[in-house]
Amino acid sequence: MVATTIPPMRALCRYLLRPQAPVYPRCHHLVRSKRHSSAPAGARLNNTVEYDTTPILHHTSRTALQNPELPEDVRKGQTKRINLYTAINEALRHALQTDERTLVFGEDVQFGGVFRCTMNLATDFGTERVFNTPLSEQGLVGFAIGAASEGMRPVAEIQFADYVYPAFDQIVNEAAKYRYRSGSSGVNCGGLVIRMPSGGVGHGALYHSQSPEALFTHTPGLRVVIPRSPTQAKGLLLSSIRSNDPIIFMEPKILYRAAVEQVPVAPYYLPLDKAEVLKAGKDVTIISYGTPLYTCSAAIKAAEKDFGCSVELIDLRTIFPWDRATVLDSVKKTGRAIVVHESMMNAGVGAEVAATIQEKAFLRLEAPVKRVTGWATHTGLQYEKFIIPDVTRVYDAIRQTLDY
Amino acid sequence: MTPDVPLVCITPHISPWPAVFHVKPPFKMSLRSRYSRICHDAFRRPSIYANVSQITRKATPAWQTCRSVASTPNAQKVLFPGALNSEFTDTLEVLRPSNNKAIPTYRVLDQYGEVINKEIGVETEDGEALELYKNMVCLSIMDLIMFEAQRQGRLSFYMVSAGEEGIAIGSASALNPTDVIFCQYRETGVYMQRGFTLDQFMNQLFANTKDIGLGRNMPVHYGTEKLHIHTISSTLATQIPHAAGAAYALKMQNMTQSPDAEKRIVVCYFGEGAASEGDFHAALNIAATRQVPAVFVCRNNGYAISTPTSDQYRGDGIASRGAGYGIPTLRVDGNDIFAVRRATKQARKLALENDGQPVLIEMMAYRVGHHSTSDDSFAYRQKIEVEDWKRRDNPITRLRKWLEGRNLWDEDKERELRSRKRKEVLSAFDRAEKLKKPAIKNAFADVWEDLTEEQRSHVEEMRDILKRYPKEYDVDHHEGGVESLDELLAKKS
Repeated sequence: MVATTIPPMRALCRYLLRPQAPVYPRCHHLVRSKRHSSAPAGARLNNTVEYDTTPILHHTSRTALQNPELPEDVRKGQTKRINLYTAINEALRHALQTDERTLVFGEDVQFGGVFRCTMNLATDFGTERVFNTPLSEQGLVGFAIGAASEGMRPVAEIQFADYVYPAFDQIVNEAAKYRYRSGSSGVNCGGLVIRMPSGGVGHGALYHSQSPEALFTHTPGLRVVIPRSPTQAKGLLLSSIRSNDPIIFMEPKILYRAAVEQVPVAPYYLPLDKAEVLKAGKDVTIISYGTPLYTCSAAIKAAEKDFGCSVELIDLRTIFPWDRATVLDSVKKTGRAIVVHESMMNAGVGAEVAATIQEKAFLRLEAPVKRVTGWATHTGLQYEKFIIPDVTRVYDAIRQTLDY
Repeated sequence: MTPDVPLVCITPHISPWPAVFHVKPPFKMSLRSRYSRICHDAFRRPSIYANVSQITRKATPAWQTCRSVASTPNAQKVLFPGALNSEFTDTLEVLRPSNNKAIPTYRVLDQYGEVINKEIGVETEDGEALELYKNMVCLSIMDLIMFEAQRQGRLSFYMVSAGEEGIAIGSASALNPTDVIFCQYRETGVYMQRGFTLDQFMNQLFANTKDIGLGRNMPVHYGTEKLHIHTISSTLATQIPHAAGAAYALKMQNMTQSPDAEKRIVVCYFGEGAASEGDFHAALNIAATRQVPAVFVCRNNGYAISTPTSDQYRGDGIASRGAGYGIPTLRVDGNDIFAVRRATKQARKLALENDGQPVLIEMMAYRVGHHSTSDDSFAYRQKIEVEDWKRRDNPITRLRKWLEGRNLWDEDKERELRSRKRKEVLSAFDRAEKLKKPAIKNAFADVWEDLTEEQRSHVEEMRDILKRYPKEYDVDHHEGGVESLDELLAKKS
């Protein structure tokens, strides 16, 4: 047989390809590689996002339980240190356990999903409720809408947000309009949640980096939710499954493993109509959601030190409908606003936030609302680090806005 | 073992499979007229709806073989426009596809490398067979090295072809060099067989300054217009309707070019998982209605990432769908490169008949490797299953057995080939890894044909940031540094 005649290939390769980075065993490349991230060794701003210390995450049980949005009994309970995909898994597990109507399905969901969010669910709840679908986003989303319209609470997974487009018709023309067109019959597809991993990871290139939230925020009838952390993911996903509106739930995939924090063990529900002020400040307000919050937080740390300013940071959490009051209150206080997101600027979420601010808080503004977003291009593999907002760009935006 | 079957294309309008009609004697279905022509003629004639009796008086429409129509007392067939050849039956018989015999799998060699039908043989010269073998070995060596390199963190991603080398290399070898190809992502062998060089592979994998794709795509998303292969997109099945449209373009061009010029077809590759996407169904249907010269090659390797075919479909593979769209169809043993070649040649010939018609080939295989470097397939299949397949049968060993049977190959040649190919791959690897990344201007170019005003302001803003914060960015790793943005801005749009 040929196999026995080949000289040991691996040994040869190891010799010829002197390793430069540690060999990772089975691990998902899209959520781990640091080697492919950007900045040079001398960088002071870029590459300063430290997930171990960032104030965005709860590193102790105490801060995790201080969250005033949690009900009293949960705040008296235990916490557990978990990452974001485990938090998703726990939310799904709770929904499956407590509500017979919950279904979880999508491509490769049965063995645990390519990002491990549905691990062990098929084993524990059976393949009648947790199952693989054929490879068709259009089909599986339509299927989910139908199931929801007949009383189930389906959680459909799209493997990557980049692959949601075949389901666009089903989402925009069907899910979003179901209740409205049913009129007084009241039939709707509430309980439908469409989960999808989104955002950049450093080397996803054209088809594994997109953040298409703005395409869905342009559709009445949908709710668009993007969690920033494991705690948020668990509470927002549980609320989404309980909601009677169809929900687009986008999970920043770089955070699946990178974001680890203390999360209450008990189930809890976070509001789907409230932004959250993560850090109070008085000179400038930064509005963002998902992964860029970590970038913003690192930039704020450097900017406050260098410029002696004080920056307020707001997580929108629900991108549509969004909490305009919290944002406007903050900007009326600080007089300056910066919106940060990964996807392209034109007609993005930033455009909506900026327009609302100038409409409702014009006389309080000390500077134009600045948008720090992806540039007007696709996410080319080698250029992602230049295209997606980094700490330097947010830092510079703070400076520009203060100096205006 | 699959029986030795002659290479018979399942042509939907004459095939006994599937048994769509319950035909009662003495009436026989007309086998004379082409299905397509019936449809076309019938639909082009508005009078069909207006006055049926008038039509029956007219001379020789294709469907005149229906001796009577629904409106007459003894009608045996209905002229419903949607199923022109359907006869009446008084037997209520439910069609159960599972009762049909599975579509046979064509092979030339058995798994011991013996030719099954000696009269037909392998239709391949010894020299060509050796070239095919060398290419398959080269591909598998490149796969091993690049998979390992990804594990070491030298590149971000890779996908191997293990178990499917014969499909890609065999089918590509049976086409004309100018035939247009659309790939999914596991057809590295198609590129290799067409002449994509190791340097070109490595430049794409490292997304360096010589990469044809300008460093924009993930590894293995090759593309080159010189070899008439469109650039790969990660999205699944989107290329299948493109292939139908491109084939229509070629059909028009084939008809208008000089008669002695070589006619071209389009070949489209995809997996059995992708065939679940709406795009697949839309593509085959439009290809059939427009009768385009396209060959649709499905690599059925048993898995779509983790999803086994039992979760993917319940019909008889992908081949069974050809009949539904009225498309001639073949199923082939993908581990048998000679069968792949013969089927592809036959499909190509069919695709050019009567100005064009689509053909579907389902190539059976087993995905020996993980889906990609991002996947660990032992989370959803047994290692023993994979080992079993590796040992039992694969396209490389099967061809090697045939070569050895003809004394064209031996252990020394094998060792020499492997060592030479390994060196070639590694030296291309080395060259490519040392090259700089492509110029930063390529981040913005080619989104639109010309830079837009908004893009211009973004480029200016980015250049300003890069210049004011030089320590934060590795611009020098890119060809031309920040200055490449100046070039972009200087260019008049």
